[in-house]
Amino acid sequence: MPDTLLDVADLRIHFPTSDGLVKAVDGISFSLERGQTLGIVGESGSGKSVTSLGIMGLHHGTNAQITGHIKLDGEELVGATPGRVRELRGSKMAMIFQDPLSSLHPYYTIGAQIAEAYLVHNQVGKKVAHKHAIDLLGRVGIPQPASRADDYPHQFSGGMRQRAMIAMALSCDPELLIADEPTTALDVTVQAQILDLIWDLQQEYHSAVIIITHDLGVVAELSDDILVMYAGRMAEYGSAEDTFDQPGHPYTWGLLASMPRIDEARLERLVPIKGTPPSLINVPSGCAFHPRCRYAGFTGGRSQTEVPELREVSPGHLAACHLTGDQRRKFRTELVLEETEASTARMTQGEA
Amino acid sequence: MTARAPAPHPVITFIVRRLIATVFLLIVVSMITFAIFFLLPRLAGQTTRGLASQYIGRNPTPAAVHAIEQQLGLDAPLPVQYGRFLRGIVLGEHFNAGTSKAYCPPPCFGYSFKNQQPVWPMMVSGLPVTISLAAGAAILWLVGGVAIGVISALRRGTLFDRFSMGVALAGVSLPIFFTGLIALELFSYKWPIFPNVQFVPFTQNPLLWARNLVLPWIVLAFLYAALYARLTRAGMLETMSEDYIRTARAKGLPERTVIFKHGLRAALTPIVTIFGMDIGLLLGGAILTEVTFSLHGLGLFTVEAIQNQDLPEILGVTLLAAFFIVIANLVVDVLYAVVDPRVRR
Repeated sequence: MPDTLLDVADLRIHFPTSDGLVKAVDGISFSLERGQTLGIVGESGSGKSVTSLGIMGLHHGTNAQITGHIKLDGEELVGATPGRVRELRGSKMAMIFQDPLSSLHPYYTIGAQIAEAYLVHNQVGKKVAHKHAIDLLGRVGIPQPASRADDYPHQFSGGMRQRAMIAMALSCDPELLIADEPTTALDVTVQAQILDLIWDLQQEYHSAVIIITHDLGVVAELSDDILVMYAGRMAEYGSAEDTFDQPGHPYTWGLLASMPRIDEARLERLVPIKGTPPSLINVPSGCAFHPRCRYAGFTGGRSQTEVPELREVSPGHLAACHLTGDQRRKFRTELVLEETEASTARMTQGEA
Repeated sequence: MTARAPAPHPVITFIVRRLIATVFLLIVVSMITFAIFFLLPRLAGQTTRGLASQYIGRNPTPAAVHAIEQQLGLDAPLPVQYGRFLRGIVLGEHFNAGTSKAYCPPPCFGYSFKNQQPVWPMMVSGLPVTISLAAGAAILWLVGGVAIGVISALRRGTLFDRFSMGVALAGVSLPIFFTGLIALELFSYKWPIFPNVQFVPFTQNPLLWARNLVLPWIVLAFLYAALYARLTRAGMLETMSEDYIRTARAKGLPERTVIFKHGLRAALTPIVTIFGMDIGLLLGGAILTEVTFSLHGLGLFTVEAIQNQDLPEILGVTLLAAFFIVIANLVVDVLYAVVDPRVRR
């Protein structure tokens, strides 16, 4: 029996604005087991961060309208009192943010900020909490944690700050850890260290992890499942192997082509996805991706008029696309061949 | 990081460094002030003779003017006069005031020949009035302004926010001689809740001291509270949208802790600076308030000195005001180092 920790069903988060209704998240469903990692991938404005803030209940105080279900360990969070969600926040579910410098308070020491998270959910004294903070700093790989705990965020390097953020998130042994672009603000060399750290800690704590990123490379190694979002909707959802090996949505094809890979020998040129992400107020009719999709003309006009439903493209692997299975296989094969030919041609040119 | 060497606390080193700099700054300020009042008139064509003749009655004889010139030391070169002035501050000075000799004990900021007294004791006698006025008003406006600013920021767009910001706009725009006179008319004459506003020393009767200062406090605080409410509101709106506020919420902190410990703490930092400067400025004399309520503090003293063209008095009060501002600046900088760890080095 799967050990489901988080079950999200038909989640919608809308923001009424003076310009119209912003459908930041529009019908997202996924589930996550303990010890598993879900990668949520999408461009800026695809609704991936709003999804995570919705799960954490951090949309309170904004005018967000949230419907659907978020079940954490069987407990419904949509419609739960802000007080209850606050109790769970930081204890049962925790979050790591993108920019560790601006996410840490400049006026308090690192140790105090970590201890604060522990103090609010545990009946302990300040000394115990401070000692706990030092332990955590040591566990996330900060040398001399006892003296570094008294430093302020500006005295830490970028990677150290993100480690401190992780220590803060782990202070109450959360069962769910959401990392929102945890490596975007960091140097490339530090990125791998932070991802390794998240991976190690997940093995140690057996917690469920959601990694939100626009970088497929980040989630490729870590994730068990991958959810590709586009314009607040699900484009593709499946296991990491399926999504990488047999991507079912032209948008995912585009993401893969625009991703640099060093594990493959071919010197493939990066292909950007044409166009820009759509406005979330005037989402294109039908499939939101159709203005940017080169295959939208092959669906008999359905891409322009009909919102595609998620369908199984292989067992347990869903994609929201009007292309038939045959079309999809044909186009994908053509695309891969095209890319290979192009790169071979370039290589031959280079040799000649 | 390696173990820290046993050095003095960074805040202490910071304070010592700033204190030394402050002494030099004050000397420069005194030079500039002295130059303004003694050098500029000369450049503008004022002779020492003309200056001296101000101290004699009508139709002075040249001999009498010359005598005054010598008595006041006006014939000496300016650097010498400045040196005497500095020496007087430290050691005191003897003055030849016409028929009698006057001793001006240190700190001697000059001798007012028009009032026949040394300047310093006159300034000092005005100080309690100004300090009482500034301190009471400061507490009122700081508490009131910040509280209204915080509530307005958290309830942005509500009736409370719009109303208080409207009142704040009025507070910033209305001059004190207007609000002060209205307050006097209403609460001192029409409904004599605070009749007969005049300064009573705190040591003499604390209750009467407070009662008589309530109107000036409110009038002065109204102006500043309006300013501070707007500043605090803007600062809170900015900080509450910072990433670290989201982090604080993500930790599961109660909203009150998020607002006060994380939000207000950061929003208050710029307020500290402005508060220090405003206090420093006010200690040099709350001129409009003191004139409106006839409170004999430094402000009224300044106005009278200017009306009488009493140079030593003007020089003294200018220096004292500059001193307050420089000290306030120092206190603000030190406070900043205490409040904001990023300032310490």
